Amino acid sequence: MDYIKAFIVGGIICLIGQILVDKTKLTSGRILVIFVSLGCILGGLGLYKNIVDFGGAGATVPLTGFGYVLSEGVKEEVDKIGFLGIFTGGLKASAGGISVAVFFAFLSALLFNPKSKG
Amino acid sequence: MEENNKSKQEYSKMVDMVSPNSSLVMNCIKAFVVGGLICVAGEAMNKSFSNYNFTKDEVSLLVNVVLIGATALLTGLGLFSKLGKFSGAGTFVPITGFANSMVSPAIEFKKEGWVFGMAAKMFTVAGPVIVYGLVTSMVVGFIYFVAEKVM
Repeated sequence: MDYIKAFIVGGIICLIGQILVDKTKLTSGRILVIFVSLGCILGGLGLYKNIVDFGGAGATVPLTGFGYVLSEGVKEEVDKIGFLGIFTGGLKASAGGISVAVFFAFLSALLFNPKSKG
Repeated sequence: MEENNKSKQEYSKMVDMVSPNSSLVMNCIKAFVVGGLICVAGEAMNKSFSNYNFTKDEVSLLVNVVLIGATALLTGLGLFSKLGKFSGAGTFVPITGFANSMVSPAIEFKKEGWVFGMAAKMFTVAGPVIVYGLVTSMVVGFIYFVAEKVM
């Protein structure tokens, strides 16, 4: 059942992205920016947590989940250290994901060469 | 000038009429299925990593490690772009898309140098994502701070 929920929630979030691609002139990069900010806002309002509780990885794997991590992290840090947590919380919570992506991007650049198009 | 605008409008109308609506439906189905399957893979990893003594945060980081690592490998082998063409938002909305947006230019632009080629171009898309994500998180944090600690 959890798998079906993850499939449906993740699928719907991607479907929204696809509609934005086909029906607007937004590029994929802009859509990712919108999704992260949206996830962060919904997380801040306490709404995205419900989606995560229902959809599991269906809600955390899409980039809206990254925004949700940022909002949860900043709230946690504000609880812990107060005002300065506003500045440190987001990056602290997302440090692992960003560093892992940098690591793999760097490693790929070392290992692979560009494929000729076509 | 006016005539030019008019013909442009007519042209875009014609394009709308000619381009089949079914392609939108088909694209949406592909995005839904592929995106959904990537999330199912994430859920399966969530469950299997949870069987070991990891905290919740560690589990989600490990899931990211596998998904980003797999994306890097597929991108390096030139397979990710084929999958991306097929599934559209199905692969770029999940964390795989964020990873691909870093890995792909890192490989592509190393010929322009390792500092301002590879390292700089890596953040063409990821940079804005991080900037707007962080700024939004600061706004959220500020509002949360005012609501919880001041009021």
